[in-house]
Amino acid sequence: MSKSITIDGQSIPFIDGQTIMEAATAAGIYIPHLCHHPEYTPHGSCKLCNVKVNGRVCSACTFPAMEDQEVLSNTAELINDRQKITQMLFVEGNHFCPSCEKSGNCQLQAVAYHLNMLDNYFPLFYPTRKVDASHAEILIDHNRCIFCTLCVRASQEADNKDIFAISGRGINKHLIINSTSGLLRETDIDIKDQAAHICPTGAILIKYTAYQVPIGERTYDHTEIDQVSLNLEKHGHEK
Amino acid sequence: MIHFVQDLVESNHYLPTRLLHLLREIQARYHYIPNTAIEQLAELLNIPRTHIISVIEFYSFFHLTPRGQYDLLISDSITDHMLGKIPLLDYLTKKLKVKVGEVRHDDLVSIDNTSCTGMCDQGPAGLINGYALTNLSLTRIDHLTDLINQQIPLEEWPSDYFLVKDNIQKKDLLLNNPVHMGDALISMFNRGKAETLNEINFSELRGRGGAGYKTAWKWQLCCENEYQNVDALDNVATNNHQTRYVVCNADEGEPGTFKDRVLLNSYAHQVFEGMTLCAAIIGAEHGFLYLRGEYLYLYEKLQTILKDRREAGLLGKNILNKNLNFDIEICLGAGAYICGEESALIESLEGKMGIPRNRPPYPVTQGYLSKPTVVNNVETFMAAASISVYGGEWFAKIGTEKSKGTKLLSICGDCDRSGIYEYPFGTTIYTILNDCGASDVQGIQIGGPSGIFISNHEFERQLGFEDLATGGSFIIFNHTRNILDIVNNFTHFFAHESCGFCTPCRVGTSLLKNQLNKIIDGHGSAGDVVALEELCQIIKKQSHCGLGQTAANPILTTLSRYPELYQGLLKKISYEPGFDLDEALEAARKLSGRDDTNAHLTQVEIAS
Repeated sequence: MSKSITIDGQSIPFIDGQTIMEAATAAGIYIPHLCHHPEYTPHGSCKLCNVKVNGRVCSACTFPAMEDQEVLSNTAELINDRQKITQMLFVEGNHFCPSCEKSGNCQLQAVAYHLNMLDNYFPLFYPTRKVDASHAEILIDHNRCIFCTLCVRASQEADNKDIFAISGRGINKHLIINSTSGLLRETDIDIKDQAAHICPTGAILIKYTAYQVPIGERTYDHTEIDQVSLNLEKHGHEK
Repeated sequence: MIHFVQDLVESNHYLPTRLLHLLREIQARYHYIPNTAIEQLAELLNIPRTHIISVIEFYSFFHLTPRGQYDLLISDSITDHMLGKIPLLDYLTKKLKVKVGEVRHDDLVSIDNTSCTGMCDQGPAGLINGYALTNLSLTRIDHLTDLINQQIPLEEWPSDYFLVKDNIQKKDLLLNNPVHMGDALISMFNRGKAETLNEINFSELRGRGGAGYKTAWKWQLCCENEYQNVDALDNVATNNHQTRYVVCNADEGEPGTFKDRVLLNSYAHQVFEGMTLCAAIIGAEHGFLYLRGEYLYLYEKLQTILKDRREAGLLGKNILNKNLNFDIEICLGAGAYICGEESALIESLEGKMGIPRNRPPYPVTQGYLSKPTVVNNVETFMAAASISVYGGEWFAKIGTEKSKGTKLLSICGDCDRSGIYEYPFGTTIYTILNDCGASDVQGIQIGGPSGIFISNHEFERQLGFEDLATGGSFIIFNHTRNILDIVNNFTHFFAHESCGFCTPCRVGTSLLKNQLNKIIDGHGSAGDVVALEELCQIIKKQSHCGLGQTAANPILTTLSRYPELYQGLLKKISYEPGFDLDEALEAARKLSGRDDTNAHLTQVEIAS
C-alpha cells in the first residue's frame, strides 16, 4: 500500500524522499512559492510555501513528506500571512510593475495577483540599488532581486559555473557577481545558460527581447500562476 | 602581502573550512581584507571569490574597506546604555575627532557600535582591535585617547583596561563541586560508557543554551545509527567509528549573558573534559570550541589549557591509555549573533556565512561536514562532567519535576551585585532579586531579548522550563528606566543581527524597527499598534529559525503587560504620515537652494 499524507483534508500519496511540495505538485495541488524550482536543490528561504504540518509551521519545499502528516495550506491564516510575506518582498526592493518589462511574465507579480494582494500595505524601503547593463546580452536590475538564489543555484547546478552569490546580512543582502570588477561583463555567463533565464522577477533580463511577446499575451495574463505552475510540472519545464 | 597570505594558507593546510580564521588574521594585520588577498585566497583555496566576499560581508568584524589602526567598537547592549554609554561615546568621538562608523582622516582610529560584548557586569564595555575593554569612564577615555594618538602598542597599555573579572556571587551544585582534571573521564571508564550515558539520562540534564533538549537523548541519537542499543557502546573498538564531531557552543551572544565567559575563564578544564566525555561516548575524534569573537582575550589562555591537557594525557592519542583518541580545536567567531543557532554555527565552522540550515536533517545525523555532530552549550558540557563524577541522582535530586539541577544566571542591570549566580531550578524571582540587591524593580528581561520581559507583579514565578526558561541572561530594570527605550534597543538588535535568509525575518525585523520608531517618535496613529502586533505575529510564526521566531518577543511581552505605554504615544487622529513631511523636503530645498517659509511644510493634522 502506498503511503499518504493529507493536505487540507485531501489524502494524497507520496513516495519516500519526496518533500511535501513535491507530493502536492504531483497530486495537482498548488502551494505558492518563489524560491522553489523543481529542478534545483530546495532553498526554503522565501517562506511563501510555509504550511502547517501537524500544527507546526514548515516550509513545504524542504520538509519531507512522512506518514501521518496532516498538512494545512489553504487556510485563511496562511493565505493572509503569504500575502503579507509577498508584500514584504515588494516593499523591500523597487518593484514598479507598470514600467517593468517582465510584467505579465513575472512570478512575483503573478503570486501577488493569486494571493489577491491589492497594495503594498507596508511602508516602502526605497533602497538605492544599481543596474548592471555591462553585459552585451544580459541585464541585471538589482532593484528587483528578491534573493531567492535561483540564479545562484542554476549557475552552479545546471551551468557548472559560479556566476552569482548572495552577500551581506539582514536587510542589506545583495546579489554579487563573480568577476574582479563585480560586473557581469567580465564573467563567462552565456545567454544560453539556465541562470540567465531562471529569475522569477525582472532582476535578470535578456536584452533586446523586452516586448517580443506583447502585454496581453504573456504567461500570466490569462492564466493564474497555480495553473501555469501545475501545467509546467505535468508537461515538463521549458528549457 | 602575497607571502603573508601564502604562508597563512599553507599553515592552515589549504582548508576552506579555515576561511574565518584566515580572514581574521588578514584583518588583524591589514585592518581590512584587501581585494588582492581575496583573489589570492580564492586561488589557493579553490573557492569562488564571491564565497569569500559573502563571508566578509556577513560577519561584523570583517571589512572590505580599511578600518583604523586602532579599531574601537563600543558595546550597544542595553546595560551599556544604562551605565552611560551614550554620553561616553559622545565624549570619545569628540576627543578622538572621529564620527561613529567612520575612520579618522589619518587612518589611525575608527569607531563603531557593536552588539553586546558580554561584559554587562562591568560595562560600559568595548573592543579595541578585538580585545575586550571594560569599565570605560571619562578618565579612561582621556588616557585612551592619548595612548592612541601617541600610537602606543596595545601590549603597553595598562593591563587593568583589559581586566575582566569573574564576579561569581553565588555558587551551588556545580560551582561548589568542581571536577578535578581527569576525574570525569576516569569515572566514565570505571563505570563504562553505556552506564555513564545512563547516568546522564537519569540526571535528566537538559541543554543549557535555552532550548532545553535532553542531553542524553542528543548524544544517543548521534550514535544511534551505528549501534542497535546503547549497551553495545563498550564493545565497539573506538577506531571503528564513523566520523563524528563534538562541538561546544561558546558563541554566547544573547545580550546580558556572560556565564560562558566565566566558565571558560575559570572552569575550562571541566568544560573540555565534558566534551571529551561526550566524544568517548559518541565515538568522535574531533571537537571544536566555537568561541565568540568578542572573547578573543580568552583564546591564548584556552590554547594553553588544551596544551596542558594533551601533556597530561587527557587529550590527543590514546587518552588515559584507554584507546581513546580525541582533540579539540578552537574556532573564533567574527561578530554574528546568529551563529549561536547550532546549524548556523556549524556553517560558520565550515567557513561559510552563518545561515541556519533547513531541518531535518538535524546535526545529530548530519552536522559538521554532513557527519553526525553533537552541539551543546558550555554549561551543558560542564554539568555532564560533574554528573560523570557525582552521578545522575546527585544532579536530579535538585530542581523541579521537569528541570533538574541548577542554572547559572548572568545577572546585570539595576542591582547592587551583578555577576554570576547559580540557582536550583524552581527558585523564585523574588529570592534572586533579594540576593543581588535589587530594589525598586520595574521589570526584568529573562533570557535576554529573545526571552520575555516580566513585570513586578510576577516575582513569584520560578526558574525552569515549566515557567521561566532561560539561557542565563537576567537584566534588571528599576523605575527610572523607560520600557520603550529597552524594547527599541532590543528590536534594533534583532534587525541588525538577522541573517537575511528568510523573508519574514529579513524584511520583517526591519519593518518592525521602523514601525516601532514611528510610534516612539510620535508619528503613530490609531491603527499603528494593531499593525505592529500583527507584524510581530507574522515574524514569530513564519520565520526560518529561532532568531526570527523570537525577534518580536520584546514588543509582544511588553505590549501585553503595558499596552498603555504604546497607546499613550499614538496621536488622536485617524491618519498620520509615517514620516516627517518637512524633513522629507530637505533634499528638494538643497537642490533648489531655498529655505523660505514656503519651502517648509508642517505635519498634516486632521481632526478626528
